[in-house]
Amino acid sequence: MSIATAMLLLVRTSSTTATLQRIAVIAIAVIVFALVFELVRQRALMERYALLWLFAAVALVVLAIWRGLLTSLAGDLGIYTPANALFAAGFVFVIVLLLHFSLVISRLSEQNKTLAQRLALLDERTERLTEVSAESDVRTSPAAQRTRAAGKR
Amino acid sequence: MNRYLAIVPAYNEVGAIAATIAEIRAAAPDFDVLVIDDGSTDDTAAHAHAAGARVVALPFNLGIGAAVQSGYIYAREHGYEVAVQVDGDGQHDPRDIPRLLEALRADPDTHLVTGSRFLGLAEGHRSTRTRRLGIVLFARIVSLLTHQRVTDPTSGFRMTDRRGIELFASNYPTDYPEVEAIVLAHSCALHTRELAVAMRPRTSGRSRISGTVSVYYLVKVLLAVTVSALRAGPVLEPGSLPESVRS
Repeated sequence: MSIATAMLLLVRTSSTTATLQRIAVIAIAVIVFALVFELVRQRALMERYALLWLFAAVALVVLAIWRGLLTSLAGDLGIYTPANALFAAGFVFVIVLLLHFSLVISRLSEQNKTLAQRLALLDERTERLTEVSAESDVRTSPAAQRTRAAGKR
Repeated sequence: MNRYLAIVPAYNEVGAIAATIAEIRAAAPDFDVLVIDDGSTDDTAAHAHAAGARVVALPFNLGIGAAVQSGYIYAREHGYEVAVQVDGDGQHDPRDIPRLLEALRADPDTHLVTGSRFLGLAEGHRSTRTRRLGIVLFARIVSLLTHQRVTDPTSGFRMTDRRGIELFASNYPTDYPEVEAIVLAHSCALHTRELAVAMRPRTSGRSRISGTVSVYYLVKVLLAVTVSALRAGPVLEPGSLPESVRS
């Protein structure tokens, strides 16, 4: 959410170059940075996924500080409005991210399935072994031996 | 312990499971019965256990493919020579099991036998009209891919030998597995054949496939079959596979 706000601010910055707005963009990037950092610290977010967001925040800061980078990049790509270049880049970033998550989910489902199957098969084995050992316990328990001895007599 | 195993996948089949197990035990006494309880919310597992079956209870619903695969893993690990899949809802008639076994044993080159409701005998339950249309479409595609006539690729009434058990234990399709499994078997050079059987209307539970789900089913299976045909490279004739895969 905050990244989207920062993108909007950045778009306006490139046309008006107001210092205040650039400061705002940097502030938002710093907040994103801090938030991601805190989530990693709390072990809520894994480092490998945090890197993506940190990279996005750094990109924002660079664009805010480096006056004219966005405009010249857009010009090189043949995009008239720097805003559109920014949106296109953001769009590609999100698409790649989604594909990446689909891959991760597929792998996790597969591993989840294998784990569930293993668990169920082990469960069945444990139950069967418990039944068998319960039977042999009955046979070898002192009570059972007494009964058998009594039977012999 | 028997050398043969009947794999019965069941999801909330409390009304039919005990009868199915009793039927299998009566019709095919050489088979151990293994019920895979696919995370049922009713007492399917308890009923199956009481009816004298072994029960592998999955911790939550994994879908028919993963459930059946659990059965094949079980068969592989316990050294069963033959495994047959029988639905827990009473659609498959266990009295056909000895016939399937005979067909599997008759030809040493046959590794998988499917009970087909569209072959020969014009009796029994043959499903609704739209569903039949879908089955015919799949049958055409699978026949094309496998270079042999397949009439009922969606039938889950199947028997396979050690090679099939090992293949399916290590690799079995998930969502709607029957059609894909046939193509998979063929691309791994397992020769398959069909045997005419009569199916019965299910006595409990309901079909997984209805309404909009059937559109997803159609598209998903078409995609999966195409991909698995591509994955295996050109579809191989039985016997033309390298030793490593044939083992």
